[in-house]
Amino acid sequence: MILDDFFWRAVIAGIGVAMVAGPLGCFVVWRRMSYLGDTMAHSALLGVALGFFLEVNLMLGVFAVALVVALLLFFFQRQKQLANDAVLGTLSHASLAMGVLMISLMVWVRIDLMAYLFGDILAVSLVDLYWIYGGGFLILLTLLLLWRPLLAITFDHELAQAEGVPVVKVELLFMLLIAAVIALSMKIIGILLVTSLLIIPVSAARRFSRTPEQMALGGSLIGMASVGLGLGASLQIDTPSGPSIVIAAVMFFFAANLLPNKK
Amino acid sequence: MSSNRETAADYSQTAGKKQILLQTHNLSLLTGERELLSNITLTVSAGEIVTVIGPNGAGKTTLLRVLLGLIPLNKGSIFKKPKLKIGYLPQKVSVDPILPLSVSRIMKLTGNYSSLQIKTALEETGVASLRDKPVFQLSGGEFQRVMLARALLRSPELLVLDEPVQGVDYMGESELYKLIANLRTSHGCGVLMVSHDLHVVMASTDRVLCLNQHICCEGQPEDVSRHPEYLRLFGLDSGSALAVYSHNHDHTHHISGTLQENRE
Repeated sequence: MILDDFFWRAVIAGIGVAMVAGPLGCFVVWRRMSYLGDTMAHSALLGVALGFFLEVNLMLGVFAVALVVALLLFFFQRQKQLANDAVLGTLSHASLAMGVLMISLMVWVRIDLMAYLFGDILAVSLVDLYWIYGGGFLILLTLLLLWRPLLAITFDHELAQAEGVPVVKVELLFMLLIAAVIALSMKIIGILLVTSLLIIPVSAARRFSRTPEQMALGGSLIGMASVGLGLGASLQIDTPSGPSIVIAAVMFFFAANLLPNKK
Repeated sequence: MSSNRETAADYSQTAGKKQILLQTHNLSLLTGERELLSNITLTVSAGEIVTVIGPNGAGKTTLLRVLLGLIPLNKGSIFKKPKLKIGYLPQKVSVDPILPLSVSRIMKLTGNYSSLQIKTALEETGVASLRDKPVFQLSGGEFQRVMLARALLRSPELLVLDEPVQGVDYMGESELYKLIANLRTSHGCGVLMVSHDLHVVMASTDRVLCLNQHICCEGQPEDVSRHPEYLRLFGLDSGSALAVYSHNHDHTHHISGTLQENRE
């Protein structure tokens, strides 16, 4: 069976993750939240450590920690005492440092740090696939319901609020979705590169998009192609999966943006 | 079109009998020790244009945000006509080129409107030709007209406009104020707006509130422009700027910049 082969498991997992990352990544890019995504992603290592410590599914650990970081950010942003990027930087490094410390203190577990930081083609289990497709379906469904209010908030926060969009609720849910997609893509792309799948494919798709939906779909397709190319290369020349996928996506990005204008 | 001045005056005479849309009584807002708004009492009635002017940091935008319910108030009360429909134009909307939104798309971000409704609204503000254009390519004046059309779609009883001529060139400014005055007449809605320049807005406003945390003075635009409190806030020079504005234009510019003859 195809799912018995580690390579195809990785490909199917990667395609599932890329499909979800397209529409979600659009909002990360439109709302200039890529650094926020990064911060949440860096907290993933702490999630991995907690997952090992509590002996729960690592994705669950990552999801929980990313969510806590997102909530902390959300409330720091509201109080407006500190500049946004200072808060992001603090939380990002704090959680990364805590993750590394915790892993080094847990001498009884042997963790291949490289595999978590940069992704591992061998790491995807059958259970992970269920998580990715089950979770991915829920994420896309929620995003579909949030699509219009999120778009209105992205266009203008206050206008949306004045026109009756429940801004806080929608934004909190959106944070939850980002935390979820980080948890799902961590094994394939790696903690340090997770946000690249949110940002690079949609940025490549912008050139060809005239509507928000086209950009989301384009981002998904380019992301899937990047996963295919990247994992293929990873298998052939034995490189870590995350960087290979990222390089493939970056090639699409440059190809899209260096193409001469039609007009 | 020839005498906006008179239509504005006509309206202000009838405004007394018109329905009250929005009224505040001793409204105050404090953050920590600082008083951002102090004892604001104001009324906006149907068919009336009320303009709030004031120096930077006077609390103009804050006042609008409180009235819209975006910030809770500390003291005082706000009365709104039950189920008051408000069309709002916020101060700074900037659309990043990374977001592929067309004009017709932003028209229906929070409501479902037919393409006929959208076309009609855009025609009313003179920008129907921009319907399929990406939003980030619009000029300042075009964008504000699109946003006005967007507010009209909600068939508002009250338009709340925060610096509607922002990013619009000088000639475009008075054109836009004329448009707002005309919309008030054709839709019979009340207008509450913030402006930085009394003299440009003068011809198309019924009442002016001069705000500097509290309401320094209020009344007809001519009276406010001679009020000592107003002159203290804006400097004595601003009185003479009136002469600059009151000349007659023998032509106008279409929104695209092309000349068009005045049809009187």
